[in-house]
Amino acid sequence: MSDAKKVMITVRKPPHGSIYVHEAIEVMFIVASFGLDLSVVFIDDGVLALKTGQDTKELGIKGFMASIGAFMDFEVTKVYVDRQSLEDRNMSEADLAFIGEDETTEQPVRPTILDSSAIAALMAEQQSLMAL
Amino acid sequence: MKFTLLILDGPYNHAASDSAYQTAQAMLRRGHDIRGVFFYHDGVYNVSNASDPPQDDRNIPQRWSALGAQNIDMVVCIAAAKRRGITNELLVPNTRISGLGQLATMIIESDRLVVFGD
Amino acid sequence: MLHTLNKSPFSHTSLENCLRFIKPDDVLLLLEDGVYAATRGTSRSHLIEQALQNGHVFAMQADLKARGLTDLIDGVQLADYDKFVELLEQHSSHAWR
Repeated sequence: MSDAKKVMITVRKPPHGSIYVHEAIEVMFIVASFGLDLSVVFIDDGVLALKTGQDTKELGIKGFMASIGAFMDFEVTKVYVDRQSLEDRNMSEADLAFIGEDETTEQPVRPTILDSSAIAALMAEQQSLMAL
Repeated sequence: MKFTLLILDGPYNHAASDSAYQTAQAMLRRGHDIRGVFFYHDGVYNVSNASDPPQDDRNIPQRWSALGAQNIDMVVCIAAAKRRGITNELLVPNTRISGLGQLATMIIESDRLVVFGD
Repeated sequence: MLHTLNKSPFSHTSLENCLRFIKPDDVLLLLEDGVYAATRGTSRSHLIEQALQNGHVFAMQADLKARGLTDLIDGVQLADYDKFVELLEQHSSHAWR
């Protein structure tokens, strides 16, 4: 696994106004299932996709909140959020949806918030970066 | 070097398709291999054989078809295609519909991925 | 890293946001509507001037020509598609779209 290719998916579009985020999640699940070393980073309006309390029923759209809750079940475990993007939108860690639960503690897990410098360093390690 | 191109938006509506095509041509000029071109999101409209642009403008689906004729794997995502009504019967020659697993395989078998989209 | 950017800085914040993730020695390549960011004397010129202090900035010549843009910020280099591919040979890339 350690020699698996490092692939990053970045999500920068807001949810529901377009299908980008929904279809990005479909790519995440497949890429993770192929044994690639996947990191997922939510930046800019992409952080809005992780907000708790989203309900698309009245839009008549299927939505993807259930998929976000199943990230870790689908091996999408390295999930990061850009701190500045959150702050710009008056959001904090408590506004972020859970992506699964910790295998040992069974505690719900949220995405990890990183500074842009840490994300930049992570980007530099990647073999392929997919802005979806 | 082996490249894969990922195209995320439709033809004509956005320049992504044109930029990707010009870049692909330059890759070939410089002696590189293109492992594949993968069409996702509205990018699946890039290879529709129902497209019939004016004679004095570029024919984007035909251009991709010609690239496919050079033994480059041109793949339309099946999930994205089904949503948008793109079927095998609607594809230009030298292109095919397959799953997202093909994108993962292209990434595994390439040195570089280059993304074009709106 | 090579960062490609294809949005006008007048209608999108992609450029400002991208700049937070550019490290010294990274390369920024402007293409499509992104080339408007390379023009001199605009309310957004400072963004590219800032990027030039850290690293190289290229603008796609074909996109500049198509838009009739000639008055560019000093230090912005022109790229054709062969140059773009040369940059792709040297770096992995992220598309700020």
